[in-house]
Amino acid sequence: MKKSTVSKDSEDSQPWTEKYRPKSLEDVSAQEETVAVLRKTVLSQNLPHMLFYGPPGTGKTSTILAIARELYGVENMRLRVKELNASDDRGIDVIRVKVKKFARTVISKNTRGPPYKIIILDEADSMTYDAQAALRRLMEDSSNTTRFCLICNYVTRIIEPIVSRCAQFRFKPLDTSSSKSRLEMICAKEGMICDSQTLDELVRVSNGDLRTAITYLQTANTLFKNEMITLEFVRELAGFIQPDAIEQLIQSAESHSFNKIENTVSQFFLSGYSAVQLLFQIQDQIIYDNTGRFTEIQKAKIAMYIGEIDKYLSEGCDEHLQVLNLIVTISKNISNYETMDFD
Amino acid sequence: MCLLVDKYRPTSLDQLTYHHDLSHLLKITAHSGSFPHMLMYGPSGAGKKTRIFCVLKELFGEGVEKIKIDQRTFVTSSNRKLDANIASSIYHLEVTPSDVGNYDRIVIQELIKDVAQTQQVDLNAKQRFKVIIINEADALGRDAQAALRRTMEKYAKNIRIIFCCNVTSRIIAPIRSRCLLVRVAAPTIEESTQVLRQIATNEKIKISDDVLIRIAGKSEGNLRNAILTFETMIMQQANISKTSEVPSPDWKDHIENIAKSIIKTQSSANIMEIRLVFYELINHCIPAPIILKTLTFALFKHVHDDIKMQITAQASFYDHRLRTGQKVIIHLEAFVIKVMHLILSNNQKS
Ligand SMILES: Nc1ncnc2c1ncn2[C@@H]1O[C@H](COP(=O)(O)OP(=O)(O)OP(=O)(O)O)[C@@H](O)[C@H]1O
Ligand SMILES: [Mg+2]
Repeated sequence: MKKSTVSKDSEDSQPWTEKYRPKSLEDVSAQEETVAVLRKTVLSQNLPHMLFYGPPGTGKTSTILAIARELYGVENMRLRVKELNASDDRGIDVIRVKVKKFARTVISKNTRGPPYKIIILDEADSMTYDAQAALRRLMEDSSNTTRFCLICNYVTRIIEPIVSRCAQFRFKPLDTSSSKSRLEMICAKEGMICDSQTLDELVRVSNGDLRTAITYLQTANTLFKNEMITLEFVRELAGFIQPDAIEQLIQSAESHSFNKIENTVSQFFLSGYSAVQLLFQIQDQIIYDNTGRFTEIQKAKIAMYIGEIDKYLSEGCDEHLQVLNLIVTISKNISNYETMDFD
Repeated sequence: MCLLVDKYRPTSLDQLTYHHDLSHLLKITAHSGSFPHMLMYGPSGAGKKTRIFCVLKELFGEGVEKIKIDQRTFVTSSNRKLDANIASSIYHLEVTPSDVGNYDRIVIQELIKDVAQTQQVDLNAKQRFKVIIINEADALGRDAQAALRRTMEKYAKNIRIIFCCNVTSRIIAPIRSRCLLVRVAAPTIEESTQVLRQIATNEKIKISDDVLIRIAGKSEGNLRNAILTFETMIMQQANISKTSEVPSPDWKDHIENIAKSIIKTQSSANIMEIRLVFYELINHCIPAPIILKTLTFALFKHVHDDIKMQITAQASFYDHRLRTGQKVIIHLEAFVIKVMHLILSNNQKS
């Protein structure tokens, strides 16, 4: 009795991101050009070394797994494909010994699929330069028996000699309509009720990251079951700051009262919101403002300040002080009696 | 005898006195059968850890309260030995990876592999998974975070991770996207006062509400500090009247004095005096950025709006210098000199 409930439990608890991982190339949403080129390469059975890059949750890992499945079938995949990611030890020694050993072994001709193995180095941007350098030799020496597929978010963290040995494929953030139709498909399969407006908001707050969107969808489903999900809740899930809180900050800047600014900023941080998220949203709110509150030149200057503060924050500065300064600076900038000069 | 903070720490979601919506939400999640990874964030002293323990109790029951602490040794690939303290019950374990500095990746991976491979000892456990609490997750290195990405998916059956941190900015996007984000805002002054009032009643302490409100106000949303201050007061002062002074920590008083003396005298002699206090503070492990921040806000109390704006700009600038420079005292002093200069030139103008 106990047993059966437990196993049901584990099925339920499989994250939807895994459950709905694309099973074939055709199943991959958006990424049309990339998929088209890959489709041709797969048909020719002659894969180059490949480098997939792009932001999180856009289908990189899924795509290579789908390709591998098509080439070798689910059964043989285990023998032919080796997946190493950032949680594995991938220091230079591992590359020199373990990966090399796997890369060099020749495989028998009479199994299904092309006569080479695939080594997937996921999250390759967290490999050290030394390890990458070791990899470079290996890629040349073992091209008869092995194809490498490197996956990363930041292509600039991969050393040039490796980049130039690979066919590069860029994965774009998913466009709104592809993300939405994917979510609708999942809703339909899970019997979840979610109105169009909420889905739009889910897609918007996840910024082209489909994994994020799916994670939010599942959480919303857990918490609300069949009730209606509110927009505020969707924003809260994503760590989005309620527009009200941002409006208050802007209004405090407009008031030109230091005490008001100081209090509003303190209140903002007591709420626990993140400064980076604030920069991101306040930027949107000001740049796209069309009520005429800000002149074009004011918008341009504010955008510059935001950039500056973002740099400071990424270097570990204090969120409270920096945001206080940002709002004060905005305040000075939008007062008409004072002309700001910048340095 | 234990501290009041510990004595009155709520141990179940129903006992939490504020953010009721959030408690409700956590309760549903705990009973939903699909408990997600979680990232709990908010200012310090807002009650994140307390809430996490309440969730654990909701998930597993009383057993989570039997906690033992052991020292575990981890070995790096270059054969260095690292020690870390791990608090655990049979259902969960808790680490503070910043204890091991640059080697946080190894410690976390080892722990997760360990937990993933060991069976749940309690066959009647309510959940199949164990929970790993990662404290101060915003201090996790990039490597450690990168390594968690796949791990969190691969071992999703056996493990749930609860991250606890002040700010989410330093948590990489792929980790955030694998978690349920839970924001714990600081309690309002009213909410903190309510907690203090409750403790006072239970301890049969007569204390006027005015004082409680002032304690709550001074704690700036940090409930832990509010309770500690409250306890200090009742230990030190036999009878607390309406007008009794709410004590603040020594170091804050020192910084308050620095602010006053900057306003009073702008001279190189005074800079030398202040330098000594800075050294004193640094020697007492008050981090330089905190000194700068506290000093900035202390200065605000004594100058007029125009100068406040200029001080803010300088504080932002020197905060950055502190983080990227080598010797903090130089930048703290430069800030003081800048502020003195602002005050002087302002006096001349008027
Ligand atoms: N283009 C896509 N089509 C369909 N599903 C997708 C797509 N992109 C992402 N997903 C969904 O998001 C999940 C994560 O995708 P995947 O692992 O491929 O992302 P990734 O690009 O490798 O991200 P990361 O850079 O974080 O490793 C998949 O399991 C799938 O559910
Ligand atoms: Mg991936």
